[in-house]
Amino acid sequence: MIGYLIRRLLYSIPILVGVCFLTFVLFYMTASPGEIARRNLSAKNPTAQQIKDWEHQHGYDKPKWKQFLDTTEGLFLLRLGRSDSVKGERVMTRIKESWFPSFEIAVLSFGAAITINLSLALVVAYFRGTYLDIYGTSLCVFMMSVTYLVYIIGGQFVFGRLLKLTPVAGFLPGWESLRFAFLPVVVAVISGMGASVRQFRTFMLDEMNQDYVRTARAKGVSEPQVLFKHVLKNAAIPVLTTSVQAIPGLFLGSILLESFFNIPGLGNYLVDAINSQDFAVVRAMVFIGALVTIVGYILTDISYALVDKRVRLE
Amino acid sequence: MNPPLLQVNGLKTYFNTPAGLSKAVDGVSFSLQPGETMAIVGESGSGKSITALSIMQLVPEPAGYIESGTISFDGQDLLDLTWEQMRSIRGRQISMIFQEPMTSLNPVFTIGYQIREAMLTHDKFKGESATSRARSLLERVGMPSPNKVLRQYPHELSGGMRQRVMIAIALANEPRLLLADEPTTALDVTIQAQILTLLRDLQRDTGMSMLLITHDLGIVSQVADKVAVMYAGQIVEQSPTNTLLSNPLHPYTQGLIASLPSRSRRGQELYTLEGVVPPPTRWPAGCRFHDRCSKRLQICDSQMPLATKYDDTRSVSCHLYPAQEMAGNQERLK
Ligand SMILES: Nc1ncnc2c1ncn2[C@@H]1O[C@H](COP(=O)(O)OP(=O)(O)OP(=O)(O)O)[C@@H](O)[C@H]1O
Ligand SMILES: [Mg+2]
Repeated sequence: MIGYLIRRLLYSIPILVGVCFLTFVLFYMTASPGEIARRNLSAKNPTAQQIKDWEHQHGYDKPKWKQFLDTTEGLFLLRLGRSDSVKGERVMTRIKESWFPSFEIAVLSFGAAITINLSLALVVAYFRGTYLDIYGTSLCVFMMSVTYLVYIIGGQFVFGRLLKLTPVAGFLPGWESLRFAFLPVVVAVISGMGASVRQFRTFMLDEMNQDYVRTARAKGVSEPQVLFKHVLKNAAIPVLTTSVQAIPGLFLGSILLESFFNIPGLGNYLVDAINSQDFAVVRAMVFIGALVTIVGYILTDISYALVDKRVRLE
Repeated sequence: MNPPLLQVNGLKTYFNTPAGLSKAVDGVSFSLQPGETMAIVGESGSGKSITALSIMQLVPEPAGYIESGTISFDGQDLLDLTWEQMRSIRGRQISMIFQEPMTSLNPVFTIGYQIREAMLTHDKFKGESATSRARSLLERVGMPSPNKVLRQYPHELSGGMRQRVMIAIALANEPRLLLADEPTTALDVTIQAQILTLLRDLQRDTGMSMLLITHDLGIVSQVADKVAVMYAGQIVEQSPTNTLLSNPLHPYTQGLIASLPSRSRRGQELYTLEGVVPPPTRWPAGCRFHDRCSKRLQICDSQMPLATKYDDTRSVSCHLYPAQEMAGNQERLK
């Protein structure tokens, strides 16, 4: 187990270096330091000298390979550095300020989605072949075909404008935040519901055709017990693996969601940085995103081994 | 004679399949006395497993259903019971062991849990007593180090060991009838013999009745009091084991026995039955065996023979044994 963890962490080093390299190359393909300087300098028409000074100050005058090594080393030591923008604030400070809204919304939507989708999937699986199942799965397909934007705008209109139950957008700290988080969470849950319920239902039905289900029935185990104990515990394994896709979202938030609801989270921070070609910030955020994803996958493997005794982490 | 424990009459179990209506079990009748062991033999696809699953009412849904017939157990027709009433019989009065030991246990629960669950479901043994009974059941089925096995998961055990666990589960509530569906097919030969001996001893000790399904006539003689030979969804011959082996009536049974290796025919080439069981969506007209039969008569491809009493203990469905000769003994299938 410990050995497994160490090995996984070692494997992740080349992955992270690769991520840094790709970000670095892509950035230089779309912008040059001179352009960044021009965008970020306060002067309207900066002189060549001013640009040179800026480049020197931010380390963009060094050879490319040196820049790459320096920045990558910084990232690995979690020295995220300062933003390239005029204010030049520390990236770490901004992350500390804006991780919470993203985290809150992501955790709430993850928890709500998995509970609701799994329960609905259990219900349609239990009533498999009946009208409830047929209409339920058709509804799922319908929900899958509607785009995310419709849910966002529709949610804002119905809950915010018509019913005035929630704020349309924005965010406040503390307990207040729950009021603001409600709508984004609902939208996140509903937009993913169709696909998840359908997928989870398939996982359940696959398990229901297994021989061990017949054994349980032959023992006289009741149908609810067969479903909620025998089938559910086995179906939890594929449910876990597919749900891991949500883990990177825990960190970066859904970019679309945060900008539409004007939530001061990490997703919004990243979008702003991309728009203003703030390489220092983009670099750091991409790195952290990759790190969180890797940790997420390791956590999934561990929970995997906890549910399925056939899985050994070695 | 005592009233039979199990009496199956005119059982028909059908499947709706893409290829059409599949008459997997098509008019099966037999009865089983308390403490008696009957074997059902027949080639793959003849409907043996579906017969047993019909008794348990665990025919794969929604494709499969019981079309007609009666299954009376202890004087009560199981087909009249509600799902909930049937559930209290499953695993308590009637247990079943399946053909597939590798996949029949739930991979995510311990062996101990799965044995205990069989008892707790029926409230017959509770708490500590269920645990200690689970341990003694494992001992009884010949499991080495039962304490350890209780805490193990199915994947940690071999096929033979898993089948022993299945037997322990089946016996947990001291059932009156055990349906053993090819309990040894998936296992290697030495293990097969051990499991069979075990089943025979358990049957003797507990006095339960047993329906042993197999396609291997060789193992029948060791275990069964009587034998029903199934072909194409029907029973073609029923007879006490010894009589059947020494004096088979139906050409199909004769073929099955001739294809067994035996001491007296040592050195000769083994007889093989030509052809295969036809698919259950298209049973042949007349006698379903006629196109593979070496003793075919004119009538065989047009008229289905009826199950006829040959003598006090035997019955056969074959035109070679016309009903007139045994006047009054004819028994028409539904
Ligand atoms: N789930 C199902 N759907 C459709 N047809 C089925 C199903 N299960 C069984 N059958 C049909 O019923 C027939 C009898 O099957 P059954 O399992 O009883 O055979 P068997 O005698 O037990 O054979 P084997 O020795 O291979 O176990 C088969 O030919 C099969 O086509
Ligand atoms: Mg079978």
